[in-house]
Order: sequence, then structure tokens, then C-alpha cells
Amino acid sequence: MDFLRPASWEEALAAKAEHPTAVPIAGGTDVMVEINFDHRRPEYLMDLNRVADLTEWEVGEDFVRLGASVPYTRIMEDLRTELPGLALASHTVASPQIRNRGGVGGNLGTASPAGDAHPALLAAGAEVEAESVRGTRRIPIDAFYTGVKRNALAPDELIRAVHVRKADGPQQFSKVGTRNAMVIAVCAFGLAVHPDTRTVRTGIGSAAPTPIRATAAEEFLNAALEEGGFWDNGKVVTPSAVKRFADLCAAACDPIDDVRGTAAYRRHAVGVMARRTLTWTWESYRGARRTTEGAA
Amino acid sequence: MRVNLTVNGRPQEADDVWEGESLLYVLRERMGLPGSKNACEQGECGSCTVRLDCVPVCSCLVAAGQAEGREVVTVEGLAEYARQRAEGGATGARGATGVRGGESASLDAARRWQARGTDSQTGENIELAPVQQAFIEAGAVQCGFCTPGLLVAADELLEHHPDPTDEDIREALSGNLCRCTGYEKIMDAVRLAAARRSEGAGA
Repeated sequence: MDFLRPASWEEALAAKAEHPTAVPIAGGTDVMVEINFDHRRPEYLMDLNRVADLTEWEVGEDFVRLGASVPYTRIMEDLRTELPGLALASHTVASPQIRNRGGVGGNLGTASPAGDAHPALLAAGAEVEAESVRGTRRIPIDAFYTGVKRNALAPDELIRAVHVRKADGPQQFSKVGTRNAMVIAVCAFGLAVHPDTRTVRTGIGSAAPTPIRATAAEEFLNAALEEGGFWDNGKVVTPSAVKRFADLCAAACDPIDDVRGTAAYRRHAVGVMARRTLTWTWESYRGARRTTEGAA
Repeated sequence: MRVNLTVNGRPQEADDVWEGESLLYVLRERMGLPGSKNACEQGECGSCTVRLDCVPVCSCLVAAGQAEGREVVTVEGLAEYARQRAEGGATGARGATGVRGGESASLDAARRWQARGTDSQTGENIELAPVQQAFIEAGAVQCGFCTPGLLVAADELLEHHPDPTDEDIREALSGNLCRCTGYEKIMDAVRLAAARRSEGAGA
């Protein structure tokens, strides 16, 4: 095994081009476990901790450009307003020690269906900035996950950042596990209300081969909200519509039975989380609307 | 490969480090610092917690090469770290582990080096960090395997939250598993250390 220590992003790209099998390591949450347990013996290990750019973020007009190695601790503490769903998801990642080192780049690189960041990224809307010596491209998050622990990266590409759409409305994240810390999701659900586009977006974790959106559920809900004039009248979404939305979210799942839970349980739990997160976010949307109108 | 790093304030170098080796292995097996415990090797238990450039991390998840040029504090150096922090003011531990002596200590010297005092076997006549003392007095130690990680994590909590709520304590220690105590005595110990600290600050 060779240990590569690029001192800059350009050096990292050059090293990855020269050694496409090099395994990037930043927080080490996934890579070190595989090495410690002899599950993986990469030919090259490439340390990205020296590339300082990766731990920085920029808040733009519509997006936050979040460096691949920005620790979850920073997202939780410093980006609550801009990225509330991702901040909530970050808070459920493992433990303080892990959150101090791990970042979204690792979640994306591993592309496990159980990665906590994925449902939040899918719900908020995001693009992965992938770069190689050949150039930069932005991969829509919906097209990024290509299979179980597989992603759309080319062998010579590295994840530079993820561009996450800034929240224009309430967002929620919910995760089922056996305790509050150090837990891999049995399943997880992210939901974002986007008043600017009058849409609701979802993200489901650990209940299909890849993280997915419940697109049929979104389409149903978006139509129901539009038809009922809910965006303007700020009424409570009718229970039948909420139930239908939850059922469609459950139906979007393609889960498996494993040690953490059965497929049937996961499907049921996703429906429950869909109902809850929609209720929570819609309540805050209505509350914010009332405040705005009261002030006007 | 060779790895240079500062451990408990002293420059160290380790030779013939395997590229896939963890910082935990380097500390325990190459530097003779067995305080950080090797239990799960997957970041689940927190018993290998150390400060890496002041930040608490699981040393089993840090590749040795990633620690090149960085500062590590282990439980062996915690008392000294806490003492320097107290002398330098209540906050801002960065730099508290400043290098003493410009030259790299030999491995032998590193093995002989102890945090404070001389008798680490019995705990007598040693000036401990306040949080260590509190763990002893509150009976927060049973088998002791999780203790070093908990001490490092609890010390860092009190550095940033001198007066933590129970929720703060639970959250800060949520990455450290203890299979003996049921955590209640550990909670007591952290509360005790916090209370003493605020008494000291008020005096």
C-alpha cells in the first residue's frame, strides 16, 4: 500500500488521474473500518486532510457550496438556517467524535443507502461537484446514486463539493434506529417544503438499493396542495391527502430484510415518517405564513 | 513510512509505519502509550478517543499518515493538558500542548514519560486532571476500559461548556460506550467536575 499526501486540490486530482484505484480518505469513518477489519487493502490510500479548500463552504444566492470535508459538526452548528434538513441529518450521524471528522463527501463517496446525508440532500435539491484533471461537472443528486454503494463518479474523479439548495421553507429529517447515537439508520426520511416553487420534495434512506425520492408521492401532494389552494389559504392539509402521501412514500420503497429490520417494517416506518415530517413542516409553513401576514 | 507528530506536547517520530495503520496502533504499539484503548476498531465505542489538533476523534479511524505534523493529546497527557489550560486561562486550549524542548524525544524516553507524578499504578501521589479526580470520587470507574475515552471526551466538554446540562453531558458522551456502570456514576462525575470548576472560578 502507498500513502499519497497531496498538499493541494490540484495535486489530489493529478494523483487520482495517475492512480485511479487510489482510495480517498478524509474522516476515515468508512475507509478505516474496512482497513481495520481487513475487508479492503487499497493499493493507494490518498489523504485529503491536507486539502484545506475541502473544509470550506460558501453561502451563495440560491445554493450553499459545501466542501466535501466540511465536518458534520460544522453543518450542525453553522448551517442550520441555510440547510436545516441537512443540519438535522448531520446531528444524527454517529457520535461527536465521528461528526468532528466526517463530512458529506464521504457519505457520497461511499453511497451507502443508509448514509444519513442522502435523504436531506434529495429533499433539499443538490448537485455534486465532481472534478478530474479533465474538468469539472455537476451531477444532479437524483442521478448520482447508481446502485448499492455505487455512484456516478468516474475512476479519475474526486468530489470537490456539493451544492445544496438553500432552504426557502421548512425542512425535516427523521431516522429510525435503536438508540439516539451511534446508529445506522433502519430507515430514514427527509422532507423539504419549497414555497418558492410550490413543491414538496422527499428523500428516503435505507429502504431501497439506493437513496431515492418518492416522486409519485411528491407529484400527488404537489397537485393536491395546488388544487386545494393550500399554499395561499394556509389551511391544514386534509388527513386523507396526508394518508395518501404517506402510502405513496411507503410504496416507493424497495427494502430488504436484514439484521436491522424487515422490509415490511421499513415500508411501514417510512410511511409513518412521511406523515410526521409533512405534518411538522406544514405546521411551520402555516405558522410562518401567519407571522408574515400579521406583520403586513 | 515515517510519521512525525506531537504527542502530549512532545515531538515524536515513528518509523516503518504501515500505510494502513491507525493512529491508535501507532500510539499504543509504537509509542508505548496504551491508555487509549483498542476495542471496536470501527468508531462505535469511543474508548480510543484522543484530541487531534484539539478536536476529539476516534484514533482508530485516523490513518497514521493523516496525523503527520499534527498534535495529539491522549489520556496520558490529559492531566498536563488540563494544568496548562488552567494556567493559560479557562478557555482556548489550542497551543496548550506547546512543544517543550526542540528535540525529538527517544522512544525510550517517551515510554518512561508520564503525565504527572510517578505512580500511575496506584493513582497515589499523582496530580490528576479535575475530571480524572472526579471520576475516582464519584465511582465512575468499574472495569476501566472505557474510562480513558470518557475522560478525554468529558474534559473537552467542560472546556467548552463549563456548566453543562445533563443533556449536554449525554450528548457529549454519546459516542463512548460503557458496559459496566449504566452511566449514572459517569454523569455524577462530570457534574462533580463541573461544579468544582465553577466553585474554583467563583473563588
